[in-house]
Amino acid sequence: MGLVVSAIAFLFAVAVLGAAAKRLPQASTVVYGGTAAACALIALWAALRLAGGGPDAALVLPVGLPWIQAHLRADALSAVFLIVVNLGGITASLFGWGYERAHHDSHSGPQGGSQDGPVLPLYPLFLAGMNMVLIAADAFTFLLSWEFMSLASWLLVLSTHREPETPKAARLYIIMASFGTACLLLAFGVLATAHGDYSFAAIRDHAPAAGAAALVVVLILLGAGSKAGLVPLHVWLPLAHPAAPSHVSALMSGVMTKVAVYAMIRVLFDLLGEPDWWWGGVTMGFGALTAVMGVLYALMQDDVKRLLAYSTVENIGAIVIALGLALVFKAAHTPVIAALALAAALLHVVNHSLFKSLLFFAAGAMLTATGSRDLNRLGGLIHRMPTTAVLALIGATAISALPPLNGFVGEWLLFQAILNAPALSEWSLKIEIAVVGAALALATALAAACFVRLYGIAFLGRPRSRAAGEAVEVGRAMRLGMAVPAVLCVVLGVLPTPLIRLFEPALRLLVEAGPFDGRAYQPWFWLAPTSAIGNSYNGLIMLVVIALLSVVLVLGIHRKASDRVRWSIPWGCGFDGPDPAAVTQYTASSFGQPIRRAFGSTVFRARDHVDMPAPGDTRPARLSVTWTDPAWVVVVEPLSRAVGWLAEKANRLQFLTIRRYLTLMFLALVVLLVMVAVTQR
Amino acid sequence: MSDLGYDVAHMLGAVVLLMSFALLYQRRLFSLLNVFTMQALALTATAAWQAYSHGEPHLYITALLTLVLKAILIPVALHRIVVKMKIHRTIEPALGIGLTMVAGVSLVTLSILLVLPVTADATALTRENLALSLSVVLLGLLMMISRRNAVSQVVGFMSIENGLILAAVGVAGMPLVVEMSVAFSVMVAFIIFGIFLFHIRERFDTLDMQKIESFRGESD
Repeated sequence: MGLVVSAIAFLFAVAVLGAAAKRLPQASTVVYGGTAAACALIALWAALRLAGGGPDAALVLPVGLPWIQAHLRADALSAVFLIVVNLGGITASLFGWGYERAHHDSHSGPQGGSQDGPVLPLYPLFLAGMNMVLIAADAFTFLLSWEFMSLASWLLVLSTHREPETPKAARLYIIMASFGTACLLLAFGVLATAHGDYSFAAIRDHAPAAGAAALVVVLILLGAGSKAGLVPLHVWLPLAHPAAPSHVSALMSGVMTKVAVYAMIRVLFDLLGEPDWWWGGVTMGFGALTAVMGVLYALMQDDVKRLLAYSTVENIGAIVIALGLALVFKAAHTPVIAALALAAALLHVVNHSLFKSLLFFAAGAMLTATGSRDLNRLGGLIHRMPTTAVLALIGATAISALPPLNGFVGEWLLFQAILNAPALSEWSLKIEIAVVGAALALATALAAACFVRLYGIAFLGRPRSRAAGEAVEVGRAMRLGMAVPAVLCVVLGVLPTPLIRLFEPALRLLVEAGPFDGRAYQPWFWLAPTSAIGNSYNGLIMLVVIALLSVVLVLGIHRKASDRVRWSIPWGCGFDGPDPAAVTQYTASSFGQPIRRAFGSTVFRARDHVDMPAPGDTRPARLSVTWTDPAWVVVVEPLSRAVGWLAEKANRLQFLTIRRYLTLMFLALVVLLVMVAVTQR
Repeated sequence: MSDLGYDVAHMLGAVVLLMSFALLYQRRLFSLLNVFTMQALALTATAAWQAYSHGEPHLYITALLTLVLKAILIPVALHRIVVKMKIHRTIEPALGIGLTMVAGVSLVTLSILLVLPVTADATALTRENLALSLSVVLLGLLMMISRRNAVSQVVGFMSIENGLILAAVGVAGMPLVVEMSVAFSVMVAFIIFGIFLFHIRERFDTLDMQKIESFRGESD
């Protein structure tokens, strides 16, 4: 434990160095190298303790509030998330080092990392904040670390303040972050009131009454949910995540949302005691809404990083569905199935942190190479940036949940848990889980469409702009930063069982069972969790089958296909003659249109406007698409109107006479005294 | 403590409270100052009686301080201010007298309802005493908000302080330092108030808060 604390302290030291040595050319090497080293240390520590069968390292630091002090503790759950956070930290540092140098050298990057705000001192602080949240073992330290994490990431978003959209994104982010922290503050307040002790150990021993527990569940879903991006609290996320430099976007989207998931798991499974069945129902409902809405949003984006941010919303939805299922099964006293659902959640947490980091890195590489995040200005990058293209393909395949990659395993486990719904006794839950399962299937299918669109438009076809045509492959550090998560995506897809075995201590801690309990035959290459249906999955066989099929297909095409040479323009859409590449090829909007037509016109009020010139006019026809986010219309706008109205009313308080001020205070005093008198009865 | 000691202490505390009501009832500044003097005298008597019956000689000092400061020095000074500023004929309740009295009575009820259950394990004298002094404090606040004139607001403030002293002498074992510091802070407050009153008068030609408000930059 001392090691982890020292590593975090080292991150702070690196931050100071980053601030002090800002002008030096070696500063970024020192900061990113130091951060990667500290992250590697923590990740290794957590992995070793976890492999050793459940760590329980604790430490009390003599800082913080005098009567509480800072309780730190790393149990199995913390260890799982420590691995996720610090693995993300290592790859992001590696990528960020190359990214920063690329943008430093070019001096003309549209999102110049080093010319804009101070990323170097804030970057290690952000990672330190996330690590501190994971090892906090009392409410005060937790909230402090949480706020620290939020503020560091907020400042990192602000580091690109010269871009026109950043101020709005940053303002919305700080509002939502404050809202989330306020909810968490209230939640921990309710949890601690029983005995006035803020340490997690005391809270765990004195589970709150049913009413208070219900309040805590709602507050946690609002508080941690706003950080994770649950619909309808997601509105800040697609604005803020893409605004930061790409490696920070990767951390915010791939890792920080997982810290929010950690907060949910910690409170819902650990601190609150025995769950009620409806907690899981509510959680699942939110998750399903989030998954479907998130992917629909993602399908309508033309900005690569914003698309990825919306896709994070979708993946968080899937994770939250798994959490809800685990809660339901835990309440129904079928711990093995609960462990199965929770294992699906944790696996998806790891998976998403890997492939979302990878995809954000790929977006950063595209941005470095072409200077654009607009899908409609990319295209044909597979020829210019082959390594990035292959690695991005792995990421896109993984996030689309295609076998034999890791995304598939996570979704498969989740569906295994969903298929156990008939074992439940509440009819409402059985029906809800069926609906949720259908929604999840829809979301997964749409996600696949979404990433076919992303990959196809960005990497295939012809370049849609001069910059895309002249792109060059990014540096070695950036490619390596992408390669590490890509390799892990493949490895975890083929051999997921050892990782799930690694989770077992955390699962035993939270639901008192492992997903493999009750199965005698358990080789390490075969994933066979216990469930009512008794299915199993083998990534190795899947890999071999897919490889064989590919070979057969390739050979068949090469042998059997006609070898007559045909010349035509790729993506010509029937046009012959002059190269129609940029104008007439299939665009991102074209790809999204069928789905936008099917869902968008009702859910998002999407409208296509065609500006058709009169016959004889040489002006080109233009298609423009408008859509509105229902969360803005239903939640954010009424809320901001209400706040504005209230502020208007409260503003009058500024112009009262002295006697009225005294009267107000007097009345407040009297009201408080009356409340005391009433409660004393 | 004997029954007599209890009764007398109770009675003296009640007189202080009665004077608070009398303060609320006054319409003229001179009579207001006179009633305030009487409240201070009653407070002096309370302190002296507590010193005698409890055998705590340091309370005599409190009594002496109260007598000199509250019953002689401050009323005389305020009297001179009123004469000097020629505002002794001012009639100035901002709230109707009847309404103020009703509010005062309900405040006393509230403080009794509040204090008696909270201090269930304290001695009877302390409980009564705390209820009385809380009432005096609340009535002083009520006085401050129900009057327009700055001088009577100062008197309201001073009577709040009387309530605090009443609570202090009623609780056994309150160290002298507390009372001394309260007394001196009131002294300082009074001096500042005096200076301010003259400055306000000099600048705005009135002590009526309603009129002074209109000089504030932001109000319309």
